[in-house]
Amino acid sequence: MPSTTIAVAMSGGVDSSTVAAMLRADGHQVIGLTMQLWNQRRLAGHAGMPEAVQGRCCSLDDVYDARRVAETIGIPYYVVNQEERFERDVVRPFVDEYLSGRTPIPCSLCNNHLKFDQLLIVAKQIGADTLATGHYARVERDELRGRWLLKRAADPSKDQTYFLFGLTQEQLSRTRFPLGGMTKPEVRELARRYGLALAEKPDSQEICFVPGGDYKSFLDAYLAERGETLPDTAGELVTSDGQVIGEHGGIHNFTVGQRKGLGVATGSPLYVLQIKGDARQVVVGHQEELYSKTLRARQVNLIAVDELREPMRVTVKIRHRHEGAPATVEKSGDDELLATFDQPQRAITPGQAAVFYNGDIVVGGGWIA
Amino acid sequence: MRRVYFDNNATTPVLPEVFEAMRPYFGEQFGNASSIHHHGQETRAAVERARESVAALLGCRASEIVFTSGGTEGDNLAIFGLAKAGDHVVTSTLEHHAVLNACKHLEGAGCEITFVPVDGRGLVDPDDVRRALRPNTKLITVMMANNETGVRQPVEEIGRIAAEADVYFHSDGVQAAGKVPIDVARIGCDLLSISGHKMHAPQGVGALYVRKGTLLQPMLYGGSHERSRRAGTENVPGIVALGKAAELAREGLADGSVARIAALRDRIEQTILESVEATGVNGADAPRVPNTVNIHFDYIEGEALVIALDLKGLAVSTGAACSSGAIEPSHVLTAMGLTPDRARASLRFSLGKQNTAEDVDFALQLVPSTVARLRELSPVYNRKQAISS
Repeated sequence: MPSTTIAVAMSGGVDSSTVAAMLRADGHQVIGLTMQLWNQRRLAGHAGMPEAVQGRCCSLDDVYDARRVAETIGIPYYVVNQEERFERDVVRPFVDEYLSGRTPIPCSLCNNHLKFDQLLIVAKQIGADTLATGHYARVERDELRGRWLLKRAADPSKDQTYFLFGLTQEQLSRTRFPLGGMTKPEVRELARRYGLALAEKPDSQEICFVPGGDYKSFLDAYLAERGETLPDTAGELVTSDGQVIGEHGGIHNFTVGQRKGLGVATGSPLYVLQIKGDARQVVVGHQEELYSKTLRARQVNLIAVDELREPMRVTVKIRHRHEGAPATVEKSGDDELLATFDQPQRAITPGQAAVFYNGDIVVGGGWIA
Repeated sequence: MRRVYFDNNATTPVLPEVFEAMRPYFGEQFGNASSIHHHGQETRAAVERARESVAALLGCRASEIVFTSGGTEGDNLAIFGLAKAGDHVVTSTLEHHAVLNACKHLEGAGCEITFVPVDGRGLVDPDDVRRALRPNTKLITVMMANNETGVRQPVEEIGRIAAEADVYFHSDGVQAAGKVPIDVARIGCDLLSISGHKMHAPQGVGALYVRKGTLLQPMLYGGSHERSRRAGTENVPGIVALGKAAELAREGLADGSVARIAALRDRIEQTILESVEATGVNGADAPRVPNTVNIHFDYIEGEALVIALDLKGLAVSTGAACSSGAIEPSHVLTAMGLTPDRARASLRFSLGKQNTAEDVDFALQLVPSTVARLRELSPVYNRKQAISS
């Protein structure tokens, strides 16, 4: 591979650190970039939020780790401030989605609006042709059809293509996922071999700006800090045939498929089936009512094909941890696709993504309406 | 790779003469300046010589100089040393964080603070300072020159206002020392802080001028060092270096080497304004120190420009770095009324004694082409071009 200038999005974790070390070892000019996205101090001290941590910026520890890696492998390293855009394009929509009764995925928004948009622009501006990240996914060129393909990682347990369905052809053409063919243990072994001190650092799981995954406290604290009051979305708890069986304190407390915290005692367990934002109703029912056979996906991005001219047989993933289920997908409107599953699927959740696969290839995806 | 450093308002290299002057005090002349024996006497003499040299730079008596660890300590000692709960303090919105955040801390500790605004040129209006005075005003603190724009504040007028009102006046002189003459009597200030590493001495040493008779509450308690105004064994090598740097600073103001820097700065400024469209100088219409120019390059992110230039060997800066190293929008430029976009599109070039005409050539070769590349890839710039064509 000829030597090129590559920017690496470094999070301070094992994966992106290893990517930087690998590319450096391959003889590329590597520039390390970390995005400063959120100021933890903003909400510190609000109810349910951790107390102020001295000197904590985004996650200062992670920036420190990334910087140490850059020093170790001998590459220039910079932190790029994207706080304003992150709030506008990720945090605010995250809050608004919950308030309107949906269950958002901020990581996909961050990929679409920050990592593969703003950071890619910065990378180009500072002279890097491509941006490499530590995602477990693969990008390949399909010369026959003249398209860039996004493919599942070799290690299915680490595959992150679900969060990457929004990437455009232009973005894919400038993106590299060097870990796409590796397993996590292999990556850690490589990190050890490169002498990276963080080779044993645990994986991060939670949403980076929501401490401890407690999104309800986050919503409260965020709105309080903005001087906004949590809109009153309290309303009725109803069954699928419209019978009112109780009340709830606000639709943002619920997500489709949720069983606990409904505040009603019945003989058999009840689940949230649907959240009707306009009517402020939370529809509940029994396990079997959670299953449905179709979904509509909006704001669709197609990757493997430029258009869906006729119905296509695909495997659809409706959440990150979903195995994927066979379905037929067809165009059902402007920027909208209809997926009809062979077998009904449990808890299809508005706000999550539906990603369509043909084997390992990501055909495209959209947001579940 | 060739590297050129135009970020001397952040820190300066220690000049060789300064390094030579301090070197013996790491080794053979190691005494504690408070010791009564030969070794102590040797270093005591060196500290006092340095004190005289710094006093000569500021136009005060040697006994009025307190050595500190740097600009932040000097600013903090002046402010916390005077203001007590119930007092009122007047400062400006464009002060360095060492003053701003000290004042904000006082606000939470029972003091009242007035943050006087600045105009579009980056200047504090002395009348605003006068109008801000109250019966309980204890202290006015306004900087001599701003670190980001180089704009010189009307400190002499403010000094007169302070004297008339019988209020203490402190000025942060960190960005003025060595660049413009300082005479504490003309300024009429009671306190003035300077920092070693902004004037070719090392990091970790500074000085605070404290007018005779000014009662300061110390921040550090311990021995009777620095006339009980600042406890702690003296940083002898640093102090000696600051003394030498002060001597060189005085010479530089007299022998034309500061004027040489001004000419280099002017060439950068003029060439960029002529050769790059949609640029302008922040603080253009105000008096400025001779080494600084802050230029806005509209439609780009200063952050990306700083990174791109650094990768090509030119060190300049934008805004203020937060603890992660990310750039935060400049409170100074925002206080001057710049739009957030323009504040983020601004770059500071600050020169030092070590810079040469070749350094300027190097920068002038790099900057226009790098700006052009950034604009080519800037969505905002391309939209604007599309509209105007």
